[in-house]
Amino acid sequence: MIHFVLLISRQGKVRLTKWYSPYSQKERSKVIRELSGMILTRGPKLCNFVEWRGFKVVYKRYASLYFCMCINQDDNELEILEVIHHFVEILDRYFGSVCELDLIFSFQKAYYMLDEILIAGELQESSKKTVARLVSAQDSLVEAAKEEANSISNIIAQATK
Amino acid sequence: MNPFSSGTRLRDMIRAIRACKTAAEERAVVRKECALIRAAVSDNDNGYRHRNLAKLMFIHMLGYPTHFGQMECLKLIAAPGFPEKRIGYLGLMLLLDERQEVLMLVTNSLKQDLNHANQYIVGLALCALGNICSAEMARDLAPEVERLLHFRDPNIRKKAALCSIRIVKKVPDLAENFVNPVVSLLKEKHHGVLLTGIQLCTELCNLSEEALEYFRKKCTEGLVKVLKDVVNSSYAPEYDISGIADPFLHIRLLRLLRVLGHGDADASDSMNDILAQVATKTESNKNAGNAILYECVETIMSIEDVSGLRVLAINILGRFLSNRDNNIRYVALNMLMKAVSIDDQAVQRHRATILECVKDSDASIRKRALELVYLLMNETNVKALAKELIDYLQVSDQDFKGDLTAKICSIVEKLSPDKIWYIDQMLKVLSEAGNHVKDEVWHALIVVITNASNLHGYTVRSLYKAIQKSADQATLVRVAVWCIGEYGDMLINNIGMLDLEDPITVTENDAVDVVELAIKLHTSDLTTRAMCLIALLKLSSRFPSCSQRIKNIVTQSKGSLLLELQQRSIEFDSIIEKHQNIRSALVERMPVLDEATFSGRKTGSILAPAVSTINSASGVAISAAAPLVDFIDIGADEPAAASPTSSGGNFLQDLLDVGTTPIPSQSGKTEAQKSGTDVLLDLLSIGPSPPQNSSSAPDLLSLSQDNKTSVSPLDSLSLATVPAVQASSTAMMDLLDGFGPSPPPTNNGPAYPPIVAFESSSLRLTFNFSKQPGSPQETHIEADFTNKSSDVYTNFIFQAAVPKFLQLHLEPASSNTLPGNANGAITQKLRVTNSQHGKKSIVMRIRISYKLNNKDVLEEGQISNFPRDL
Repeated sequence: MIHFVLLISRQGKVRLTKWYSPYSQKERSKVIRELSGMILTRGPKLCNFVEWRGFKVVYKRYASLYFCMCINQDDNELEILEVIHHFVEILDRYFGSVCELDLIFSFQKAYYMLDEILIAGELQESSKKTVARLVSAQDSLVEAAKEEANSISNIIAQATK
Repeated sequence: MNPFSSGTRLRDMIRAIRACKTAAEERAVVRKECALIRAAVSDNDNGYRHRNLAKLMFIHMLGYPTHFGQMECLKLIAAPGFPEKRIGYLGLMLLLDERQEVLMLVTNSLKQDLNHANQYIVGLALCALGNICSAEMARDLAPEVERLLHFRDPNIRKKAALCSIRIVKKVPDLAENFVNPVVSLLKEKHHGVLLTGIQLCTELCNLSEEALEYFRKKCTEGLVKVLKDVVNSSYAPEYDISGIADPFLHIRLLRLLRVLGHGDADASDSMNDILAQVATKTESNKNAGNAILYECVETIMSIEDVSGLRVLAINILGRFLSNRDNNIRYVALNMLMKAVSIDDQAVQRHRATILECVKDSDASIRKRALELVYLLMNETNVKALAKELIDYLQVSDQDFKGDLTAKICSIVEKLSPDKIWYIDQMLKVLSEAGNHVKDEVWHALIVVITNASNLHGYTVRSLYKAIQKSADQATLVRVAVWCIGEYGDMLINNIGMLDLEDPITVTENDAVDVVELAIKLHTSDLTTRAMCLIALLKLSSRFPSCSQRIKNIVTQSKGSLLLELQQRSIEFDSIIEKHQNIRSALVERMPVLDEATFSGRKTGSILAPAVSTINSASGVAISAAAPLVDFIDIGADEPAAASPTSSGGNFLQDLLDVGTTPIPSQSGKTEAQKSGTDVLLDLLSIGPSPPQNSSSAPDLLSLSQDNKTSVSPLDSLSLATVPAVQASSTAMMDLLDGFGPSPPPTNNGPAYPPIVAFESSSLRLTFNFSKQPGSPQETHIEADFTNKSSDVYTNFIFQAAVPKFLQLHLEPASSNTLPGNANGAITQKLRVTNSQHGKKSIVMRIRISYKLNNKDVLEEGQISNFPRDL
């Protein structure tokens, strides 16, 4: 089971956090502080696993961002690397070569995609295409609602002219 | 709607925050935004609610408090439209966790949304429930989720399956409700549903033994077939990862098969073929393939042993171990730890590679490898492996030294073939990483050193050499100082040379230098300094020529701000200055520490109960035991608990059993050592000590004012607590003489004729009696020992014990050597207080031990011919 997902920039700024196990606000900021201290300082050639408080944190760096997932001791670390890559590829497909700025300004979209990949810390979907399809279907629902609202306000505006 | 109350757009706020150059600026921007959002919250502004919540989520991510936005989430979730719900649920999952009570308020909205006509809204509700639901919510909403497992859209079914995992984790009782739906999920073709169904099934098997049995019977065959299909499936671009179709599904299937096959031969047998196929056919040049192999190996290790699969698995691990990718090596080490218990020999073959991994530059790999090496150690390879590890200790990272040292110490202690090897290795570790060594480790080392009597000289010389190089390692300094204090004479005289040693020249001053350096080192703590003081005291007796120099060093601690050091230095100073004649007896070598007692104490059983049983059995407080422990116990928890104490206790008990049982013969050796310690215990106890003991030091210090009284405080102290004090060979009376003459005893009481108390073929003992006026209960006895043989008796010790109604005090004997042919005698004074004066007469049991031509001789007897009215 994945206990939490963290996206941390090279400067130590948090870009996304998702907690599947209960951590209080205080614990969360402590965890983030501890892990960014451990992970950001590791050299490039080292393995992608860090042992931490009896858990393992699997991390992988993509450009300026570190994707970290915390798992149990007996989980498959190599598979989590694939899960991270899975997530990155889906983001990449959605934003069209994703960069850190995309994740800053459209952070909620990143969350929507993560919610289509993981629930309760377990993998939900192994097909990137399905995830993309589901997210865009929901996006278009939102767009439709917006247009509707606009047209209604237009009608009201015209009526009250 | 007031256009000014809505604040900036989300995008603009993020820009403004990113433009901040300092943390203070950022705080100001955030504060302003939060104020606006709060105002909007209290205005109950609907139009910008979702934008405000999005802003709050961003602010939350930066680590600012956002609790005031929690209710906004609930309002958005309760709104009818999909866009509001979408952002509302996202906010709910981000800003709240299952422990907040606000969460309960959302149960109703969730229930409605789970039944919503729009499947995307149902999806949102399932996702939120799966991520943050509490036990109560799980119970309330389980029926809805169960129903959704049969929903027409597969994307809802998969979400419901994962949501069920959370529910059964929170409320395990609900597990049985999900067993039947899972069976149909496992038959699905849709990868997402299959994937999540398998995970739910695994979870149920872990939770309930019944479910496990059910699935094992019903689904094993089917799952094996599913795995077969997946493994043999043709290229499917949707699921393909580096040439493998859906590795995630592979891995989850393997994991479920592991659970089903564990402990069941039939199930294991049925998955035999497919596991062999996965293990041999999977491409291992990409991470995805390796992830599958890794999972497959773990499954093979866990299921019941079938036909050579394990050989295959171990080979895969061997291949992993030689992989250049650090990730692969890491998981190999991880898995080999599990393999050790299954096939030790196979893992031993990779020992050299594993040992290389201990020296890896990657902390994670080093840690795994060290754990593994620790498991691989046995009697045959311990020497080679320990050497490698200790060599590596010299170049390892500072933060790795702690772990490494602990493991080496543990190995060396557990598997050492002989004492000299143990001592050698420990000295190396202490010199390299002495600051990382735990207290119990160096305590154990000292115990071993005291027990290895033939190695005392070798050890102290090695320590001397080691400390020249690594004087900054605290524990090395402690052990070295202790050994130099105990065996300093062996250091300078090269006593007990082993063949392998080169002789070294160390003068007495060199040895004192080491201790002086240690006590002056600014990093030395109280324990080290206290040990230094004691070592100095001991050296002052071993090296009389350095006595003045040592006195000067000891004197420097008189001004110490630490009470213990100050007190000890004052006491030791007076011993060195005024009591040369008893000093050598005071600082006798420590008795051999008992290994069994030490290890017993380490594992939690303490000596104290044992001593108290002795006390209650003999009916007298034997104060000797506890303070002796304290004496060894310099402040810290040293390996004290010496057996001579307890045997001394037994011995006393024997002596006190007047006239009932014959006394078993005991070696006189430990008693001789004890006699010195008995006095010392009152003087030297550092650290916590029993009450009677802590009062002794002030008594001693007040002696000089007290010199009018005939009975010295030390005497009264011993009288109160020690019914039988073994007399030291040296005249202990001198200790009191140093403080002024005691008034000569005036003998006004009735006179009693002397008696021959004890006579054997070699020895005669006569008692002369006298009484103090005014204290009829108290009898002074002067014991004269005469040697009837022609040989000299050395190490002469007289001991006596009396029944409970008597109190006995022995004063030091005049000498410990008894010349032959009655050519001179030893005299010793005893003082007996008879609490039942006039009713009972004195009886006494005695024991005399001495050395005749280097042989121990022991004589015992009972004296019952005392004059009646004593």
